[in-house]
Amino acid sequence: MTIELESKPMPLLLRALTIMTVLGFATTLYLGLFAAGTDIQQGDVQRIFYIHMPSFFGAFTAFGLTVLGGVLALARESDKWDKIALAGVEVGLAFALINLLTGSIWARPIWNTWWTWDPRLTSAAVMCLTYAAYLMLRAGIEDANRRRAFMSVYGIFAFVTVLITLFIIRIVPDTIHPVIVGASPQNAQGSFEATSGVVLALLPSMALWLTVMPITLIWHRYRLEERREGLDRLKLKLLSE
Amino acid sequence: MKTSYLETVLAIAGKDLRVELRSRELISVMAIFALLSILVFSFALELDRAAREETVGGVLWVTLIFASLLGLNRSLAQEYDLGNLDALLLAPAPRSAIFVGKFAGNALFTGLVGLLLLPLMTALYGMNLLDGRLILTALVGVFGFCAVGTLLATMTAQTRAREALLPIAMLPLALPFLLTAVRATKGILTGAAEWQVWFQLLAGITVIYFVLCLLLYGYVVEE
Repeated sequence: MTIELESKPMPLLLRALTIMTVLGFATTLYLGLFAAGTDIQQGDVQRIFYIHMPSFFGAFTAFGLTVLGGVLALARESDKWDKIALAGVEVGLAFALINLLTGSIWARPIWNTWWTWDPRLTSAAVMCLTYAAYLMLRAGIEDANRRRAFMSVYGIFAFVTVLITLFIIRIVPDTIHPVIVGASPQNAQGSFEATSGVVLALLPSMALWLTVMPITLIWHRYRLEERREGLDRLKLKLLSE
Repeated sequence: MKTSYLETVLAIAGKDLRVELRSRELISVMAIFALLSILVFSFALELDRAAREETVGGVLWVTLIFASLLGLNRSLAQEYDLGNLDALLLAPAPRSAIFVGKFAGNALFTGLVGLLLLPLMTALYGMNLLDGRLILTALVGVFGFCAVGTLLATMTAQTRAREALLPIAMLPLALPFLLTAVRATKGILTGAAEWQVWFQLLAGITVIYFVLCLLLYGYVVEE
């Protein structure tokens, strides 16, 4: 008996997106690491910013897709959108961890510490924990319909932590985290000006991390989830024979 | 005869209250836990006068949230274990009314623990916590996180590792309440005017969460 796992060919659009992501990442790395000028005060470590801020917005897109997936999964009882929501959480969590890690590496020379319990840093960490809790909760629910409903609800709620992280700088004035777009808080440490050189390297990177990159990764993750389910069905079939 | 929305809510909350009045299980467990918690905090943090002013808000709110977790777990688990939730779902009642009913019971018990903690901490920590503004803040905060808690406990009560999962699911989502409520409490205790900003934020978050819970509750009890 031969067993075959059904597999759909990769859509042309996904191929194009994948190539765009790889080329785009290489280009923005070049722009950030070589083309942009060195910061006069912070030196080369400032270049990490070209990844740090875009990665947060990548997480924003991914978690936003989780909300969209959750709403549609609830409204249409659709498993497809539930899988997209799950993919959004995993990709977003990876991006959010990149964001924390790069921030930490930057903070070591600039703030003289890896970590500080600043409101924004705390809320970013809480955001990561919320989505980690999403994955744990998801693993604890066996019934597929129940899982879809619960996780959609949780995914919608979890987005509150993303919004808090985004806006906390404007609400809580005693943060030391700098704001690059608009005026920095009074106590911000390590601000730098968004000169034309910075903007030139930042904009392409933002565009890539905000749109193409999360969508491509989520799509791949979605296909992986579909194949995993195919495998489960196959196992079930084998067992029943 | 059609039961009105309010009657449904009151019936469900009344049922929880009657069960509690007969067994006194939840409120005694929550109260003893809360008492232990503030004692443990005062030993663990070795609070002197100056440190107390800084931390008393945090101790109050962490204790309240953990105490509410105890109550929430029990409150929803008993609905599932005895099959009462199925009966509630069969009744021609709006899902949101079931939510408000369960929420009202939980908020009442947690609120009572909060009202018990305030004079107790006033006596034990030597600071005046019996302030009208602080009581208001406590009630709004309890209102808010009990709403999220009721929704999440309904979800986790249906999973395998229910007691373990509720804190993991709830603590990150309760953080906005903790953050604003602690700041408001600190502002009130130190006489800073900025407590109003924090209180308004807390009230705003509470409204948003409560509406979200009302809208989404139907999805987590559906079979």
